[in-house]
Amino acid sequence: MLVEILFWSFSAVLTGAALGVILARNPVHSVLFLVLCFFNAAVLWLLIEAEFLAIVLVLVYVGAVMVLFLFVVMMLDVNIEQLREGFARNAPLGAVIAAIMVVELWYVLWVRRLGIELPGATAPLPEGYSNTGEIGAVLYTEYVWPFQLAAFVLLIAIVAAIALTMRQRPGLKVQDVAKQVAVRPQDRVRIVNIPVEREP
Amino acid sequence: MIGLAHYLMLAGLLFAIAVAGIFINRRNVILLLMCIELMLLAVNFNFVAFSRFLGNLDGQVFVFFILTVAAAEAAIGLAILVVLFRQRRSINVEELDAMKG
Repeated sequence: MLVEILFWSFSAVLTGAALGVILARNPVHSVLFLVLCFFNAAVLWLLIEAEFLAIVLVLVYVGAVMVLFLFVVMMLDVNIEQLREGFARNAPLGAVIAAIMVVELWYVLWVRRLGIELPGATAPLPEGYSNTGEIGAVLYTEYVWPFQLAAFVLLIAIVAAIALTMRQRPGLKVQDVAKQVAVRPQDRVRIVNIPVEREP
Repeated sequence: MIGLAHYLMLAGLLFAIAVAGIFINRRNVILLLMCIELMLLAVNFNFVAFSRFLGNLDGQVFVFFILTVAAAEAAIGLAILVVLFRQRRSINVEELDAMKG
């Protein structure tokens, strides 16, 4: 009974927060609603005993990716009013398409003639079962090459993000340490041989 | 009792909301990226639910990889967005017509 109450309340908040993401007037509010979405999703994943992914979602997604979003949204000085133009015109179209998609997706679950038998309950886990341990056991053996590839994707993303956003602004008075270290005496000091004047 | 169908319906609803968001906020690149994140969350919901209810852990490993790729996508997307804003002083999609597409 407790599981049902938790599921329905958290999924209600999740849906409301998702609507908040797409309807909020201010992009900062949208990002904060998305953070709320991720927290609720993490709780719902905890309910079906996917503990590792729930914690990863909060730590990595909320802690890193959403903070990056928030950082960019706050850094850019965006004219919100201009971007909100056409909001009311596009809203009915979006609502209709969303309704059609919901009906289609839910219809697949309702059709009983197809003979799809969906599991109604989770199988109980054995004593001492560790979700994190089991994922680790699969991830580092069977999926070791995809794991390496994922690491490589992240590396490329870091390099690409830095390379894209780095810029050299001309006209800045910055000291170039390498140039300072590599300087030679003959570049700086000029010995001029001045002939001594005869005493009057 | 909360079954697989409940989770699938919730994920479908979330995905549809994200699609509606793309239609509604189609001028704002930041919101488009956020809607993509929401879609990926819905897909991850399906993976986790199927993985748990069918007793196969591969779905959760796949979610792990989706999270990795989504993080990379968000980082590069936001970097492009910052560069775009520096160039154009605007992130309006309708002004991005330099390639006459």
